[in-house]
Amino acid sequence: MSWFVRKDKGIQTPTEMKREAPDGLWYQCPNCKKIMHTREHKLNAYTCVHCNYHEKIGSDAYFSILFDENQFVELDATMTSADPLKFTDTKPYPDRLRTTINKTGLKDAVRTAYGPMNDITVTIACMDFGFIGGSMGSVVGEKIARAIDHALQNKTPFLMISRSGGARMMEAGFSLMQMAKTSAKLALLSEAGLPYVSLLTDPTTGGVTASYAMLGDFNIAEPGALIGFAGPRVIRETIGTDLPKGFQSAEFVLEHGFLDFIVDRKDLKDKLSSLFKMLQ
Amino acid sequence: MRTYLDFEKPIADLESRLEETKALAQSSNVDVSQAVEVLEQSIEKLRREIFQNLTRWQRVQLSRHPDRPYTLDYISLMCSQFIELHGDRTVRDDPAMIGGFCELDDQAVMIIGQQKGRNTKQRQQRNFGMANPEGYRKALRLMKLAEKFNKPIITLIDTPGAFPGLEAEERGQGEAIARNLKEMFMLKVPVICIIIGEGASGGALGIAIGDRVFMLENTWYSVISPESCSSILWRSWNFKEQAAEALKLTAKDMATFNLVDGIIDEPLGGAHTDHGAMALHLKEVILKSLAELNALDPDERIDQRIDKFCSMGVVVE
Repeated sequence: MSWFVRKDKGIQTPTEMKREAPDGLWYQCPNCKKIMHTREHKLNAYTCVHCNYHEKIGSDAYFSILFDENQFVELDATMTSADPLKFTDTKPYPDRLRTTINKTGLKDAVRTAYGPMNDITVTIACMDFGFIGGSMGSVVGEKIARAIDHALQNKTPFLMISRSGGARMMEAGFSLMQMAKTSAKLALLSEAGLPYVSLLTDPTTGGVTASYAMLGDFNIAEPGALIGFAGPRVIRETIGTDLPKGFQSAEFVLEHGFLDFIVDRKDLKDKLSSLFKMLQ
Repeated sequence: MRTYLDFEKPIADLESRLEETKALAQSSNVDVSQAVEVLEQSIEKLRREIFQNLTRWQRVQLSRHPDRPYTLDYISLMCSQFIELHGDRTVRDDPAMIGGFCELDDQAVMIIGQQKGRNTKQRQQRNFGMANPEGYRKALRLMKLAEKFNKPIITLIDTPGAFPGLEAEERGQGEAIARNLKEMFMLKVPVICIIIGEGASGGALGIAIGDRVFMLENTWYSVISPESCSSILWRSWNFKEQAAEALKLTAKDMATFNLVDGIIDEPLGGAHTDHGAMALHLKEVILKSLAELNALDPDERIDQRIDKFCSMGVVVE
């Protein structure tokens, strides 16, 4: 016996007869389920106007939020992954790459650019989770390394926006060494006295956490972001019990002393430019 | 009692026949010297055949052999003195990561490495060679100490990974490893890193930034273990052999890709068959590399170290 009884039988409007709102006009927050206009959501830096949920966004959105009038010059925009190991799991790595490139319109899991942010020139590297889980292979390592070189040559601050599951298994040893490469470049940036801000967004785990993401002069995060070295599933399997609520959240990581502050995305640009001004 | 791996079974069979023959000779006074000689020759031949054609997975098995020499074994075999140093000065001492000043012939050096246990109790105490953040911080503290007193650093890597536990996360496992990577590039003293067993991912790399990085012949070094790779990419634990092949994680593979600087040969049958010979050869390689590195000045070494790691990676432009 069901709780609700349909009084009028046969309400079966065919899908094509259903009235649709134009696509992309409304945004429903996956957290509080409330609805808002997409323009309103975008103006709020892709965060929910009701519950402040930070939608997972990519490099396009971050660049438009941070660079003045979305003006920036992209670096190494055409670089793509090779397949040095001839890696095949359930399908060959090149096939996986091709499918992902076609699906996302991205070349790999990071984009790098420089441009004005409240009139201060900054170099930004921003990861795209949509590209094989934001995994770090040679392209990610190389583009970040070159972006840091660019910051060094032009004496700009460097902002790294991480969102990644970690290393890219299909590049095995090469992927591992990107942790070393990016850390080497950051050591040079540090020597040069240029500021490095690492913004950790949801999620940042694995080899990315264990290299550039945790090496900021300022490690900052978006509210609620999952941040950790091992993923929650692995830890649960290791210790054999459920994890405490809020474990590995940005707030948890801040409390344990590994973040300088948590910043709302809509305040990010102003807060960063104030910081960079103070350091000049 | 020796431990034989599954692919060593034919050798084990012959060796037990050899033992039986010898025992027979003792009890019955029959001259079996000829039979013994034939058996010994065929064992040698068989071992050579098997060990010349090892698959990647078999090498992974050898790298985890329970009789393999561990960091403390190498220290006691190579060094005349060892003063072990403990603690990260922040939280506690991590028994999975050991280190201290050693005398290697007439040179004082700092040796640091992961330590595995030999029996169940030790394995637990050493946490299976999986260091916590305090282990990585202890390692860095000892490296800085070596730098202060201008002594070269040797790291011996043997870990199934950095420990993925609750407290490890609370105390910043990621940050601890990341900091080591960055700081190791700037060390003014020579740094030699050797994979002596398992080189699993960030947990291995966290003490493996060096002027020379070597792998023993039967070790592996990659971004993930074959088992975990199988479980993620094939969604089953049963594809570890395929995963090991796909990851190309052996010393030979890594040297071919220029991701490590060289391979150190092991005695036939693996390092565990002759700890003494293995340690002696390792020591030769270390001393030779130290002589080369001591000839450079610190800035040159740092530049070369950075350039080497920065050239790793293959992209299409």
